[in-house]
Amino acid sequence: MAKTIEGLYYSESHEYVKVEGEYGYIGITDFAQEQLGNVVYVDTPDEDDEVTAGETFGAVESVKAASDLISPVSGTVVEVNEALEDQPELVNEDAFANWIIKVKLSDPSELDALMDAAAYAEICH
Amino acid sequence: MADKRTCLYEKHLAAGAKMVPFGGFEMPLQYSGITEEHNAVRHSCGIFDVSHMGEVRISGPQAEALVQHLFTNDIAGAPVGKIFYGMMLYPHGGTVDDLLVYKEGETDFFLVINAANIDKDVAWMQQNAAGFDATVDNLSDVYGQIAIQGPKSEAVMLEALGIDGSDLAFYTFKKVEAQGETLIVSRTGYTGEDGFEIYGSHAFTQAAWDKLMGHADVKPCGLGCRDTLRFEVGLPLYGDELSEEITPIMAGLGMFVKPDKGDFIGRDAVVKQKAEGPAQKIVGIELASAAIPRHGYEVMADGKVIGSVTTGYRSISTGKSVCMALIDATYAPLGTAVQVCIHRKTHDGTVIKKRFYDKHYKK
Repeated sequence: MAKTIEGLYYSESHEYVKVEGEYGYIGITDFAQEQLGNVVYVDTPDEDDEVTAGETFGAVESVKAASDLISPVSGTVVEVNEALEDQPELVNEDAFANWIIKVKLSDPSELDALMDAAAYAEICH
Repeated sequence: MADKRTCLYEKHLAAGAKMVPFGGFEMPLQYSGITEEHNAVRHSCGIFDVSHMGEVRISGPQAEALVQHLFTNDIAGAPVGKIFYGMMLYPHGGTVDDLLVYKEGETDFFLVINAANIDKDVAWMQQNAAGFDATVDNLSDVYGQIAIQGPKSEAVMLEALGIDGSDLAFYTFKKVEAQGETLIVSRTGYTGEDGFEIYGSHAFTQAAWDKLMGHADVKPCGLGCRDTLRFEVGLPLYGDELSEEITPIMAGLGMFVKPDKGDFIGRDAVVKQKAEGPAQKIVGIELASAAIPRHGYEVMADGKVIGSVTTGYRSISTGKSVCMALIDATYAPLGTAVQVCIHRKTHDGTVIKKRFYDKHYKK
């Protein structure tokens, strides 16, 4: 059973945003990593790149397939989780602890369009 | 049309397999995970349901002549029990399918073809059998097939099924009487490891699967690792490295095409292509980065597109990002610098041999 965490924002394409002040940490959910299987590569944007809500910002790849990462929010990338470069499997070990990018949110009102943990759990099956 | 199911379908569900459509069948992609299953085959033993593969028997006084007419490899004078790999070609040299031919007797041949091509292949064989005193029987729905693959295969087959394969050389087979039927047991596979393939009735296949699953050294393996395993040792998959457009010469499989044996369908075209050199070739490419090349991604050189990836992975056995690609033959020499477009970036790569990992066949 995939886990969810209270207090995070969730997208229909199985990304989450954990908000801290004006920043959001974006990653894929536990349900997403379960569906993907062994993650072998995470394709990320660079620092200072802009991401846009609803648009692709990278990809997470299992042995078999590449899945696009779709940004739940808009903003500027301020940090990329470099640990994933050498250890992409961290996403499988704990998807919520191992976020992929940290962005400075340009429009926090976009969070209103995302789901809370309970609503997201409903679509995970 | 709904996908077909093999005789082991229920067993895959019970084992928790993730099922996917492949070649018109609902097949297991993976059970425990592609990486784990891949490593089981490289280092121990894995079993595959390959019942989706097609089987055809060609029999009759002119069976050998018909096989020689359809098939690129030369089976003349072969002993009973020998197996040949080769292709059936269109007159223009493109590939109808790649297949195995088992010589069962002087007038009987057992052909193993790809699942997705069964209807097309059988129609092709029948259409081209006109004038030959031979029959073409599609037995694909009759036979189940299990592949036992990996260094422990010989011991596993003996211990779990009581079938001794120690007397079989690579690419040979024998018939084994078991449970009131005649099985075909061959030392063949599609993984680059030692192993066996067993063709039998659905009832035998189901019972054998259960016995194999009860063996401590066996892991059930899906099509996911079947693809990563065959890819690492440079074996082609029809649809990726061979197709109606891709000839065996382009794919670097000229050693399985024997123009000296006499006429066969597609002979003139491949002889010409061999002499002139093909315009495009299947090559191996290793990337300098960790990005993963996938089927269909563009390959570039000198600022232009020179081809596309046919199969690519992060190789499980070597950890390297590698692919096979069909590219302009000008760029095919080993060591040529190329780039592969992955997502929004281009990644530097080098043309290398398309055997990314050494085979470990039993001689």
